[in-house]
Amino acid sequence: MLELKDFRTKVHNDWCPGCGDFGILNAIQMALFELKLEPHNVAIFSGIGCSGKTPHFVNTYGFHTLHGRALPIATGAKLANRDLTVVAVGGDGDGYGIGAGHFLHAGRRNLDFTYVVHDNQVYGLTKGQSSPTLPKGERTKSMPAPAIVEGINPIATAISSGYTFVARSYALDVRHLKEILKAAILHKGSALVDVLQTCPTYNDINTKEWYAGADLPSKSPRLYKLEEKGYDGVVKDPNNSGEVTEKKIQAIVNSFEWGDKIPIGVFYKIEEPTFEEMIETRMPTYKTTTLVKQDVLNRNVDPLFQYLT
Amino acid sequence: MSPGGGIIYDAALKLKPEDVGRPDVNLYPVPYLDVLIGALKESGHEHELSKYQVMTNTVAFGASAALIDFDFDLVAEAIKEGFTGRKAALGELNVKAAQNGYDYVRKNFHDDFAYKLHSLPTKQKRMVIRGVQAVGIAKFRAGCSFQTYYPITPATDESEYLENHQKDYNIVVVQTEDEISAILMATGAAHAGVRAATSTSGPGFSLMAEGLGWAGHTEAPGPIIILYQRTGPSTGLPTRTEQGDMQFVLHAGHGEFPRMAIAPGDTMECFYDTFDAFNYADRFQMPVIVVADKFLASTYRTVEIPNISDLKIDRGQIVSETDLKENVPFKRYAFTPLGVSPRTTPGTRNGIFHTTGDEHDEFGSITENSENRIKMMQKRMRKLELAAEAIPNSKKVNFFGPPKADVTLVGWGSTKGAILDAMQDLEADAIRCNFLQVRYLSPFPTALVSKYLSSSKQKVLVECNYTGQLGALIREHTGIAMDRKVLKFNGRPLSQNEVYEGVKDAIKNGMKEVVMAHA
Repeated sequence: MLELKDFRTKVHNDWCPGCGDFGILNAIQMALFELKLEPHNVAIFSGIGCSGKTPHFVNTYGFHTLHGRALPIATGAKLANRDLTVVAVGGDGDGYGIGAGHFLHAGRRNLDFTYVVHDNQVYGLTKGQSSPTLPKGERTKSMPAPAIVEGINPIATAISSGYTFVARSYALDVRHLKEILKAAILHKGSALVDVLQTCPTYNDINTKEWYAGADLPSKSPRLYKLEEKGYDGVVKDPNNSGEVTEKKIQAIVNSFEWGDKIPIGVFYKIEEPTFEEMIETRMPTYKTTTLVKQDVLNRNVDPLFQYLT
Repeated sequence: MSPGGGIIYDAALKLKPEDVGRPDVNLYPVPYLDVLIGALKESGHEHELSKYQVMTNTVAFGASAALIDFDFDLVAEAIKEGFTGRKAALGELNVKAAQNGYDYVRKNFHDDFAYKLHSLPTKQKRMVIRGVQAVGIAKFRAGCSFQTYYPITPATDESEYLENHQKDYNIVVVQTEDEISAILMATGAAHAGVRAATSTSGPGFSLMAEGLGWAGHTEAPGPIIILYQRTGPSTGLPTRTEQGDMQFVLHAGHGEFPRMAIAPGDTMECFYDTFDAFNYADRFQMPVIVVADKFLASTYRTVEIPNISDLKIDRGQIVSETDLKENVPFKRYAFTPLGVSPRTTPGTRNGIFHTTGDEHDEFGSITENSENRIKMMQKRMRKLELAAEAIPNSKKVNFFGPPKADVTLVGWGSTKGAILDAMQDLEADAIRCNFLQVRYLSPFPTALVSKYLSSSKQKVLVECNYTGQLGALIREHTGIAMDRKVLKFNGRPLSQNEVYEGVKDAIKNGMKEVVMAHA
């Protein structure tokens, strides 16, 4: 019988005290455990940054890759062995900055995997420079001057590039995050979970108190759950292009709400054929046997030579 | 044009023999348009001349075949092969045009042309094959089931070849968003247990440098990178050939990590080197680069079908579930006497490992420990020595010609054919040559190259690049310097004549360096 501790390792963790990474790590471990996945059937991929160390703390197969490159490596591994549950993690700089091209195209393929992005608006590991999600005009404590370029909107970008499950959660609300992660992992297709996260060391703007709304006259939390206002981002009929477009636009509109109120939850979800299923249409054996288990070592290439005579 | 040669031309030009100024050359005026009109009439298409006027080309083709007495059935067959399916009727029309051109020459000129081309009786069936096909077939034979690529000349042909046979051979071919993704996707697949490859040319390989380092550092069993060099730098002459990337291949990526690099010299060496690359990648857990070029990629060669029944696949040291114990963490990077750590693949129970581009311990966990760093570096780099011992000498270099000679030609890669052909010409000029073709660039066959070159009287380097990169590599490893260089870097392949002229120029005129320029 698997226990939660079976997903933990004994590797020393050197994240700063109070870092949002801990909440994300716990939520990942809990989600995998609650989904009753066996550790050896899961592979976690990360890029470079504070979040990059995540795989070392999870007792599954773990690939700590290059800055911005977790997705191509994860894609290769998943295509080689589609029986694996593949989760990629990375920071906002990693995924939306240096790895932006991979971010778009992984979504476009609709590979069956989950991408968890630690979104704290700063490059923590290199001491707090602005990340691609820091809004224009904001200045965190190690920046010499406020940002002069606008931040990108990961939710809207993910929807436009083809992710079929797009959600946002919060690192300090582990229960919500865990449930979103479970839904993302269960979703058949490319899933983005953008996780708002505090960086107690370098982001002195978007702090735990800020998210709690301590600075607001109402003192009420900035974060609210989409479903609380009756929002439903799930496409009921993927063949109905009108509904698909409507749901996408609705999700994008809601993703721009940022300020006194910030929505979390599932912005958009649709069932579409995965990349793996599309490969099956070209290569029928891909459906029946995961690639790594196919017998490819005894191929007869004589017909290929004969064809050239 | 050689004396006794012939010119077939449009009779409408009304060329006078004195205009040509070559009484030693035969002239064959053929009224292309009239012949074509005749063919169209006979086929009931006489009112469609403007549509079919381009077929005067085919008339000329038929006329040429007649002049050299080439079997017309073969001409017809070749034409029809180019027009299949809905275009088959057009093929027939072209055959008719060629036939009429052929007949015109037969009817109107004496059969006194000195050059004839007859088919040879062959015992064995032979094939016409390009480098990209040889590589593709080798990948299938080696069990490669994952190929990535980003479109680039001239490498894409190979990926398309693989994709065309996807159903029959069960290979996943992915067109990626860039070459960074191409190499890393293949590396991820290799770590996950399949044989994986990517193909590119120089601009793409430049983007792969980062990924190559990660593959080498994490001891991935691959990927195989086929590099079809083209003329650089930057976009260079994008559809032409060069041997300008060798030193880059050997040094691409920051820091020091092991990689293998093999340079095939002809089409079938492309086949065998690609096949071997997969075995070595699995056995030594490192990326392997097959350094080919545009010339090898695209040139058609007639070769015999090889007997490949003795090719053996070796997947290296893989630990299976039955060898693993519960609650015993697996040491993916275990220190072993030879440097190679047995590996598991994701999905294997009790075989969980972590891997990282950071320096790591035997479990793949990050550590900055000094002693561990030294041992890990030594472990990784030692695998190259192990590979050097494992590769048969017969594959590391080729040596042609007599053991003792006036001149030793030194080269690598696609210049092999031109050099071999030129050796006879040089011999006829009383320049006795032998030829050392270096095939393994990494690990470098230092002892073998030293052996062959230390007894050589005069060493002439023949390469298609500006700096003489193989010469530099040889000097780096052996201390032996080349005496003279014959170089070419105008994007065109080196010809037999150029090797002959260049080497002769270098020797007879004592030139240190000769730059060839045939276009």
